[in-house]
Amino acid sequence: MRTALVLLRKDLRLELRTLETVPAMVLLALVTFIVFHFGLDRDTIAGQEAAGVLVATLLFAAMLGVNRLFVAEREQGGFDAFLLAPVDRSAMLLAKAAGLFIFLAALEVVAVPAFGLFLLGPSLAPPLPGLIAVLALADLAIAVIGTLVSAIAIHTRARDLIGPVIGLPLLLPALIATARAAGPLLRFTHAAGAPPGKWLAVLALYDLVFALLAYAVFDFLLED
Amino acid sequence: MDTPAVELRGLARYFGERTALRDVSLVLPAGASVAVLGRNGAGKSTLLRILAALLRPHAGEVRVFGEPLPRRAFAVRARLGLLAHEPLLYSELTGRENLRYHAALHRVAERRVDEVLEAVAMERRADDPVRLLSRGMVQRLAVCRAVLHDPPLLLLDEARANLDPAASALVEPLIGRPAGRTRVLTSHDPRAALAEADLVLALRDGRVAFAGAPEGLHDDALRELYA
Repeated sequence: MRTALVLLRKDLRLELRTLETVPAMVLLALVTFIVFHFGLDRDTIAGQEAAGVLVATLLFAAMLGVNRLFVAEREQGGFDAFLLAPVDRSAMLLAKAAGLFIFLAALEVVAVPAFGLFLLGPSLAPPLPGLIAVLALADLAIAVIGTLVSAIAIHTRARDLIGPVIGLPLLLPALIATARAAGPLLRFTHAAGAPPGKWLAVLALYDLVFALLAYAVFDFLLED
Repeated sequence: MDTPAVELRGLARYFGERTALRDVSLVLPAGASVAVLGRNGAGKSTLLRILAALLRPHAGEVRVFGEPLPRRAFAVRARLGLLAHEPLLYSELTGRENLRYHAALHRVAERRVDEVLEAVAMERRADDPVRLLSRGMVQRLAVCRAVLHDPPLLLLDEARANLDPAASALVEPLIGRPAGRTRVLTSHDPRAALAEADLVLALRDGRVAFAGAPEGLHDDALRELYA
């Protein structure tokens, strides 16, 4: 845990210094909402449709973060430096997944209110607590699967392609569950803060399965 | 009998169809230095990466301080330092931030960072991002990184590259003979490497062309090695 915190602190410092990842993710999300706003030619959307737009947009923005997750390690010898240290390799999985989770949370702090502004009619305040719970579970899935996929892709020449090609199908069940859980919240008729338990359970189970899988295989991904 | 610092027996490593190392054997006593010589692509860097447990051997036996690699790599990592072609530093972080990061990974006290920075006269530029430093300064920081945890075994791949004579003299107490460490070193200047070594391992196309004391490697053999 201590090593993971050391790695996480370094990653956050690098991002604050370079601003290479989170601003790009936010920009992509904002542009996508604007495209939907004008492309759908409707003042407002709601329910399952709104959930689909939100989840798809966040997913594509997240892929930018996934693709850049290990770039500094690859290009500046971070992998070798880490492997030379007498530390547990799974610390890197934990740190990278936590870092991506924080990037996603930062994205959503801007993107979700923007989504409300551009595409929702009623105030986003009533369903917000439920939406935060759903997005937290979705972010966990993206963070774990994204870290796994990024660790595979970084060793390939076509890493920018491999990330989405492997990552998007793996994330599909989690995203369907996220959209289904968020849909009733965005109908604005449902009791606030009560996303469907079934889909939350599916998301939580998916998170758990992939967290265990990632823990089991991550060491091998760092081998030569 | 003391356990050798490095023991190689019949080591082989391939990259696809290409043979990087084949049937390489070496016994390096603790405290001694070996110069690994050979042309570009002879297998020198591959050998160092295997000793650092960053690459797996495909055949043969590798032991560092008696521990077989890669199986017992975890037990060896704290006892070796690698100075490779790449400095293994993040360009957007400062030298001090980089070294503090490595100190944390190796569980070394932060005051050691100040010690090594002072040793290579980098205290005044230690808070500049690495990307703003000259190559020589980056190499001095890389030396700091490699010796931060005071490893008894140093793997030095062109350690003095980019260093002018004054900077080379600064790093000497850390990576030279006076440091008293076991060293496996390569250099683009074979005569400089020979002057620093107790043993020579000359490689040609991944195979051992010569192994023994530096005095045994005659000028003709040296010229032929680099021809």
